[in-house]
Amino acid sequence: MIEARQLAVSLGGRPIVSNVDLAARAGEVTAIVGPNGSGKTTMLRALSGDLAYRGQITINGREVSSLKPPEAAAIRAVLPQATSLSFPFTVHEIVRLGLVGGLSGVSERERSDLPRRALERVDLAGFAGRLYQELSGGEQQRVQLARVLCQVWAPVYEGRARFLFLDEPVSSLDIRHQLVIMDIAREFAAAGGGVVAILHDLNLTAMVADHVVVMHDGRVAAAGQAVDVMRDEVLARVFGCELRVGVVPPPGRPFVLPQSVVSRQT
Amino acid sequence: MRAPAAGDRGGRARLASAALCAALAATVLISLASGASDASALTVLRQWFAATPQPNALALRDSIIIYEVRLPRILLGILVGAGLAVSGAVMQGLFRNPLADPGLVGVSAGASLGAVSIIVLGQGALAPVTDLLGPLSLPLTAFVGGLATTLLLYRVATRHGRTSVATMLLAGIALAALAMALTGVLIFVADDRQLRDLTFWQLGSLAGATWSKIAAVGPVIALGIATTPFIARGLNAMALGEATAGHLGIPVQRLKYVAIIAVSAMVGASVAVSGAIAFVGIVVPHLLRLAIGPDNRYLLPASALLGAILLLAADAVARTIVAPAELPIGIVTAVAGAPFFLWVLLRNRGVIDL
Repeated sequence: MIEARQLAVSLGGRPIVSNVDLAARAGEVTAIVGPNGSGKTTMLRALSGDLAYRGQITINGREVSSLKPPEAAAIRAVLPQATSLSFPFTVHEIVRLGLVGGLSGVSERERSDLPRRALERVDLAGFAGRLYQELSGGEQQRVQLARVLCQVWAPVYEGRARFLFLDEPVSSLDIRHQLVIMDIAREFAAAGGGVVAILHDLNLTAMVADHVVVMHDGRVAAAGQAVDVMRDEVLARVFGCELRVGVVPPPGRPFVLPQSVVSRQT
Repeated sequence: MRAPAAGDRGGRARLASAALCAALAATVLISLASGASDASALTVLRQWFAATPQPNALALRDSIIIYEVRLPRILLGILVGAGLAVSGAVMQGLFRNPLADPGLVGVSAGASLGAVSIIVLGQGALAPVTDLLGPLSLPLTAFVGGLATTLLLYRVATRHGRTSVATMLLAGIALAALAMALTGVLIFVADDRQLRDLTFWQLGSLAGATWSKIAAVGPVIALGIATTPFIARGLNAMALGEATAGHLGIPVQRLKYVAIIAVSAMVGASVAVSGAIAFVGIVVPHLLRLAIGPDNRYLLPASALLGAILLLAADAVARTIVAPAELPIGIVTAVAGAPFFLWVLLRNRGVIDL
């Protein structure tokens, strides 16, 4: 369980996130949506322990700012929006870096096989020997996800849930691989872990998220189940454009049709 | 035993390291046996293992040459070459950039400034330092000079965990210029005897190696190299950026401090005994990355081996190419290293975006 209370983060003296209360439960996929510059990434970085903050953030009851890097690494793994690489490592070598903290949550014997299994999971079997820098953007993003998966291979470790923080995990992926990644997120949550993902695709959000947090101007504009949160007036107000929200029949989840930039609701 | 995974270059790296060990042993033997005098290592070895030692004048002269001249010089070459090459590899990992090198970004110049100030002012303004530290004052002031430059450089070139190549190289130029200007001031006030010491030392040379110098800098360089197995994994993670290294559980701040202190110590000690020998730190890790990949767990020890080999080879060239005179080794490494550096730049033109 991740809980933020009265969270506020400033960057270079400018308040980016203020007054945020947030809860992300184990066993659920929590999606964070919102326009560019609404503070999504800053909030995720605060949850990751990268930024100084005011207020409270706890993961499994422990204050994030008090966690040492190895302790935090045993509880959560972070997939950043973009990763640059300074030396010509192979895909295998990159994925294996996920094990550098030494707590994937599986036995020593299984561990040596983890990079291969993680690559298979992200649909990159056979890429282990390739040089990372020679891959396409989408392939690189999936290699990074495989690395992150290695770090917290067991969604529950020593009786406590672990968390995946994903910052726009599907931003450069084709439709099949968007679904593969969403499938991984759901599977991780179903096995008892927690997922916090920043997403831009509202339909993907509606499909995958158990809990949706809509951010606007550094605050939480709405939070709850997709059906409750993803409504015409909320989305129009937050994104500043007109959207039509409908509901797909069997599971009763919403879908969003963009209409036009000008919001006609005033 | 399980077959190694595709993309795992560990086996190849271990093989290369074994080959480098053998090559180093061969280089040492050749260096022992060659030099201005015709003293042959074989004669001395035979003397050691002879059933009934027959000391004669020739063998005695040979053994003095080998014990007091060649052996210390070889050991110093190994220490300095290994220290400089490992420093280069660690700095490149820390700055996340294959162009970082103690010589290029002013660390050596800072260490030189420290060393020159003790050579020139050691009996004057800095006499208390000399009294306090004794024979360690030269390597220690060089260390302080290198440390100050490295810290400044890191401060200037790194913002929000990202090191800008352009800023790093430009800041390095500025810092080196400043250190050299201050060194110039010291040279200006130096007397004739100090000047002679300085000139030879500045060009870089292994000549004048003695057992006491080895005793002073050997432990420092050996300690510096000994820390590298503890930072190798962390430096690997740093290749993904500081934030990601932290997310993976690496205590990044501690890693940076350890790396900076180890580099400053190794560069300081090397500069103190042999002057600024350029390009070893950039050529060696680069060649090795081509051969065994960038994994620091293998790259750092292999850099120590290849650095030692290359410096011994350069020293052999320096000693023999204008025999019986001797070229400063810094000239040899620069003549070979500078074109190599240009070649690296050309190869990376597309990748390195200044």
